[in-house]
Amino acid sequence: MDKIPILKIKDTLVVLLQDDLTDSIAIHFQEDLLKKIFASKVKGVLIDISLLGIVDSFLGRVISDTAKMIKLLGAELVLVGMSSSVAITLVELGLEIGNVSTSLDIDSGLELLTALVKSNAVKEVDNIQITEEGKNDFI
Amino acid sequence: MILFELNIEEEKDIVAVRQKSREAAVNLNFSFVDQTRIITAASELSRNIYQHAIKGRAIIEKISEGIKNGIMITFEDEGPGIRDIYLAMKNGYSTTKSLGLGLSGSKRLMDEFEIYSTIGKGTKVIIKKWL
Repeated sequence: MDKIPILKIKDTLVVLLQDDLTDSIAIHFQEDLLKKIFASKVKGVLIDISLLGIVDSFLGRVISDTAKMIKLLGAELVLVGMSSSVAITLVELGLEIGNVSTSLDIDSGLELLTALVKSNAVKEVDNIQITEEGKNDFI
Repeated sequence: MILFELNIEEEKDIVAVRQKSREAAVNLNFSFVDQTRIITAASELSRNIYQHAIKGRAIIEKISEGIKNGIMITFEDEGPGIRDIYLAMKNGYSTTKSLGLGLSGSKRLMDEFEIYSTIGKGTKVIIKKWL
């Protein structure tokens, strides 16, 4: 495997990470995913790591960086399928991925993603109203 | 007893060390959480070799001490060595762009951790986990 498939399902990109991931495949995946978000204009990304036996500091950082980059593109990431042993190991390792939204499985992950995307949309609408009111005041 | 001996020269060798340390940890009947800790530490330390020394090896062994059994993995390289081990062991210290959790994090994940390094000669890290 030298490329990770990224599926588009309705308005969401879905990725299933697998165990034999090398560092360079992970980095390419990050670029691929960001390009795909930009091209397809999706607002939500779901990454399933249930098939990953471990998440080490390198992959953990790739995931955490990717979440920040996705936010910059105006979209949201939800990480699903983290096993309890991966959670324990990540904390003991000292890795901070607190900026990443997580959910137990794909179903609840999709729900969370929908909620996050919706709240972003509401924020955008609020911002527009504020600026319009501001304009009126100014005039 | 040596179970596996693996050369670390290419990036894919990090994946191979992960796979073999998993195989060893499973065969030695480590709990699922301990398997994950062992594989994660093995991944961190083999990446250290690949990034800093370019070439080295990992030796995975079954060990016994009295009635207790365990796993020992030795990572050795002939790389540049570590100038200040105390600094290198600090959380977040890194000479590359990594997070600097490799050494300190692996130490936290395992029961025993030893490190020896000579400038210009190389580095040896030994990790152990008891059943």
